[in-house]
Amino acid sequence: MNDARIPGAFLRPGTSSFSDFVAENAPDLLPARRSLPAGSAAELAPHGTTIVAATFPGGLVMAGDRRATMGNVIAQRDIEKVFPADEYSVVGIAGTAGLAVEMVRLFQVELEHYEKIEGTILSLDGKANRLSALIRANLGMAMQGLAVVPMFAGYDLDRGVGRIFGYDVTGGRHEERSFFTVGSGSLFARGALKKLYRDDLSQDDAVRVCLQALYDAADDDSATGGPDLTRRIFPVVWVATADGVTRLDEQTLAALADQMVDARMVRPDGPVAPLPGGESGGVDGGVAGGGEESQA
Amino acid sequence: MSTPFYVSPEQLMKDRADFARKGIARGRSLAAVQYADGVLLVTENPSQALHKVSELYDRLAFAAVGRYNEFENLRIAGVRLADMRGYAYDRRDVTGRGLANAYAQTLGTIFSAGGEKPYEVEIFVAEIGESAADDQIYRLTYEGRVADEHGFAVMGGDADTVTSYLQENYVAGADLASALSVAVAALGHSADGGKVEDRVIPLEDLEVAVLDRTRVQPRKFRRILPARLVELLGERGPAVAAPEAHTSETPTSAAPDSGAPADLPPTPSGGEGSGEPPVAPPL
Repeated sequence: MNDARIPGAFLRPGTSSFSDFVAENAPDLLPARRSLPAGSAAELAPHGTTIVAATFPGGLVMAGDRRATMGNVIAQRDIEKVFPADEYSVVGIAGTAGLAVEMVRLFQVELEHYEKIEGTILSLDGKANRLSALIRANLGMAMQGLAVVPMFAGYDLDRGVGRIFGYDVTGGRHEERSFFTVGSGSLFARGALKKLYRDDLSQDDAVRVCLQALYDAADDDSATGGPDLTRRIFPVVWVATADGVTRLDEQTLAALADQMVDARMVRPDGPVAPLPGGESGGVDGGVAGGGEESQA
Repeated sequence: MSTPFYVSPEQLMKDRADFARKGIARGRSLAAVQYADGVLLVTENPSQALHKVSELYDRLAFAAVGRYNEFENLRIAGVRLADMRGYAYDRRDVTGRGLANAYAQTLGTIFSAGGEKPYEVEIFVAEIGESAADDQIYRLTYEGRVADEHGFAVMGGDADTVTSYLQENYVAGADLASALSVAVAALGHSADGGKVEDRVIPLEDLEVAVLDRTRVQPRKFRRILPARLVELLGERGPAVAAPEAHTSETPTSAAPDSGAPADLPPTPSGGEGSGEPPVAPPL
């Protein structure tokens, strides 16, 4: 870039997609452009695990645990798996960590590039579609064990709501209305969310619900990390609202995690959901107090 | 059989330079002004959709005067270069110097190549650092010359008159409101039809953007919308729009006496009805 005139391809009008431009002019930079020898590469690289997301009126929360595993080994204790995609959306990743982080980087540039070239922001559906295309390009590697399964969520500026998109390895996407989970601990997290989620959560309560769901995932899935109280490593939590995306700061998270763990000391299985028509405990089971009041 | 005319290289270059200079002087001026928190870019541009000032990268902005389709090409090339480099290496490795060099080489080659018409553009690449001392404004001219400007810089239109106004009134380290007032007054202080007059430019004709190092996001570029401009500029008296003859760089009136075809520039975006993209939320 320092020595000569800008190559013709850069000056030619054309695509406003960064990944298309790179695919044409520097394909080696793309994470998915590799042909691998036959066989499974699944055991070669660390895997990231559980991501949860939940909407609340006026926005959404996405949270991810901090563990990366390689087989039975904990490869990393403080990996970050939830990232801002642009100023109004976030993306969380499960699957082969190295590829996934690279794909997120590409996705971030893709959105920013479009914004700068076109002078306008992509619609939320447009962003979700672009991510589909990136995942689809990775299908060959997914079949050899290097799958990347992200979750995308953002604040829809046109509709004024938070929306969540889930994906499969072929790039198929589906929209989730209230909450969604991906990764190895996702089944357990989804169970917790089913019982704790409600439509009228406040932002703080939505964060609490996500933390509880991650705790339950870590409780039953060895590849998901719970809050690390000795090292003070807590989940990464991003919130998207009309004001943009923000990462929850360490102090707030630490306080919320401590509150949750204290409550679990008394009741290890977490908050109790109300049981309509049951003979006991049908009234007080909310999560509003972060767990303390919910032990009745 | 015809004998080709001999044209001396000096004459050839002079003709090409005159051609480019004339094209650039036809538009309105654009001023880049350093202030306490970064760099302010102000110009008069009646079009809300076709920008003369835009974002290149985290700490870099692009501003241009002259022929729209030519500088729009250069802007897109700059965005691609910057994004490609930032993606291949790291965001910090994208520098104003690197981009200014690439632009200089490109403009220089086009200017001296016989087969191409020289670009009728002049460009600023502005960069902000950690403090005002690290801020840079690079000026790139149609023949590929690079200059490093300090404090303020003006290009296009009646640049000399605007520059002289800024020389008298510019204060280093001013806040945004006072820097903006001086810059807007300077742009209004220009010679239209021989006589230098002070004109109040209508708010809706101002295109204003800043590289603001106090912005918490990594991307420091931000447009300042008319609603915020009202607050910053305060009461200014009755506004007078720019005389028609001078707005040739916008596509509404094609270049009147240019030898080149007056082709319409490509429209950069479709849906801008809602005003600014939310890239840079208003103050």
